[in-house]
Amino acid sequence: MTTTAVAHETLSTAQAINRALHDAMTEDPTVLVLGEDVGPLGGVFRVTDGLTAKFGEDRCFDTPLAEAGIAGFAVGLAMNGMRPVIEMQFDAFAYPAFEQVVSHIAKMRNRTRGRVELPLVIRVPYAGGIGGVEHHCDSSEAYYAHTPGLHVVAPSNPSDAYSLLREAIASPDPVVFLEPKKLYWAKGDVALGGDREPGIGTAVVRRQGTDATLIAYGPAVPVAMEAAEEAAREGRSLQVVDLRSIVPFDDATVCAAVESTGRAVVVAEAAGFASVASEIAARVSERCFHSLSAPVRRVTGFDIPYPPPKLEHLQLPSVDRILDAVDDLQWEDA
Amino acid sequence: MTSDVDRMLPSKTPVMLLGPDGRPSAAGSAHLPADDELLRGFAGMVTARRFNDQASALVRQGRLAVYPSSHGQEACQVAAAQVLDREDWLFPTYRDTAAVVARGGDPVEVLGLLKGDWHSGYDPYELRIGPLTTPLATQLPHAVGVAHAARLRGERTVVLAMCGDGATSEGDFHEALNFAAVFHAPVVFFVQNNQYAISVPLARQSVAPSLAHKGVGYGIPGEQVDGNDLAALLDVLSGAVARARAGEGPQLVEGRTYRIQAHTNADDATRYRADDEVTAWAAKDPLVRLEAYLRAEGILDDARAAAFTEAAEEVARRTRDGMNRDVEPDPDDLFRFVYSRPTPQLVEQLAVVHDELSRTESEAHR
Repeated sequence: MTTTAVAHETLSTAQAINRALHDAMTEDPTVLVLGEDVGPLGGVFRVTDGLTAKFGEDRCFDTPLAEAGIAGFAVGLAMNGMRPVIEMQFDAFAYPAFEQVVSHIAKMRNRTRGRVELPLVIRVPYAGGIGGVEHHCDSSEAYYAHTPGLHVVAPSNPSDAYSLLREAIASPDPVVFLEPKKLYWAKGDVALGGDREPGIGTAVVRRQGTDATLIAYGPAVPVAMEAAEEAAREGRSLQVVDLRSIVPFDDATVCAAVESTGRAVVVAEAAGFASVASEIAARVSERCFHSLSAPVRRVTGFDIPYPPPKLEHLQLPSVDRILDAVDDLQWEDA
Repeated sequence: MTSDVDRMLPSKTPVMLLGPDGRPSAAGSAHLPADDELLRGFAGMVTARRFNDQASALVRQGRLAVYPSSHGQEACQVAAAQVLDREDWLFPTYRDTAAVVARGGDPVEVLGLLKGDWHSGYDPYELRIGPLTTPLATQLPHAVGVAHAARLRGERTVVLAMCGDGATSEGDFHEALNFAAVFHAPVVFFVQNNQYAISVPLARQSVAPSLAHKGVGYGIPGEQVDGNDLAALLDVLSGAVARARAGEGPQLVEGRTYRIQAHTNADDATRYRADDEVTAWAAKDPLVRLEAYLRAEGILDDARAAAFTEAAEEVARRTRDGMNRDVEPDPDDLFRFVYSRPTPQLVEQLAVVHDELSRTESEAHR
């Protein structure tokens, strides 16, 4: 991989995503941004701010308010030489598009024996923690991750948001790009530019630790980092793995991490039953069994419809809940 | 404003140029397509009818898993292909295999989906035909996207998107028409109203004055046409294609036809419709009608008709030979096309299949 001088800037996640769209559109005239309110308004989270003004209405534009239509329309655009990036305004408003996503976007390459590729990105403002009212805060990753043919990524910081989105737009495969809403305003250092190490399909160790491994992705990563910080004050060394990419899943990095500590807790906002967290726990148990000193624990949302804002704090994995799970990992000194 | 709406409304009755007896209607002669267009269409219908009946026979012989026949709808099938240029696109449903063959698709590749070898047998880019789609109406927004992409590049491409009467109840039908209208996309939506969605009659899909009337709600001109009259279909569809190409935006055409046979071989049409209804529609057969006209006008003679029949037999022969040839499917294909690069998990799973197969093989040799 070639490396060019990389510029660094401090940006929020929303700004980093905006910059990724901007830079991809600058480099490739076939990149189109479309969805509900993404035009002059710049999106309800302002993620597409300024793109219509800069690139014109042919490149960044509002569509009718119809998610299946948006997804199906993007299939046709992608079939015919474009790289559409579509926005589903909120995670729980994306369900009308589900048939297009499952039956066409995910399967087109396979059903046509690789002849028709769909280089498109589905951006989904995702998960909770913003006090959203009903139908604005679902963690819908399991639906997408369960659908063969899709890549599913969830950045946990502005720099990954930028680089993973650039990679997603350049990918010949469809990517579901989950943007943790509560991190839209979180700022961080962002490495800009088009050349980078692959991020899709690779997990990273965010914090070194020797006693137990926390495995998280997207909005749960900052909470896991905080829990590790707190644990360190209590004398326990926790390692944190940030998946970044749910599909493809990086078994190698996750297993190496868990094997190095012998204990694991999976942290995710989504309801736990039949979830991505469950899949991770199962994979780790199958692959790292002989290195494990305790059963793999999951700290997830409860199996309930997403709660109203005033009860949301009880649903989201918290530092205390993570540390309680860590305490449960059959410590010899306990 | 009123005149705009009037312009979008379809004719009061379906456009018909040739009556069931083959005689030109009052309005007919002024609009009749050129003789060579009609002859080409007739030859296409002879092939389409033979292809339909050959495919149905192959189901009975166990060579095809299933075949949704367009027997009786051949005028719609052939016209849809005939009005398009090479650079245009066609988006068919699963019942439109005859249209794909009429546009140049290899009959054996076209039937791949229904034979069970793979999901889509032909190369969509080579033919500029979308994959055969079984979920209803979902291909319609794809057609709009393809048309819009072409328009952004300044190409003259028109996309003809097919669906049936049942599909007009699906949300994707409405969203596709609305997107096409809002983006002024060069798409001709062609609804083959064959009166039944498997067993459910049109009256349970819609009580609109006609399916063509659905266009006006989106600002799209609609027209209804006798779907068993190839002359009328060529006239109306080629007009719609020309308007779309000229930048007048999407068009909606309803072809009023009839599914003479059951939904598929797995269906029993006697449970939901009367024989005399079928008999009445059989009397409006699109081939009989056009042949009567062509012979009465001296455009078609016995020698030419025999040549058309022989060409159709050749397609049937190729279809039979292809379907009777067993191609051993490659298990690696299960994993090969899911992503541009297989995930580590798919690499592991392929190894499992290889291991299983090698053990089965070594047991067989024991």
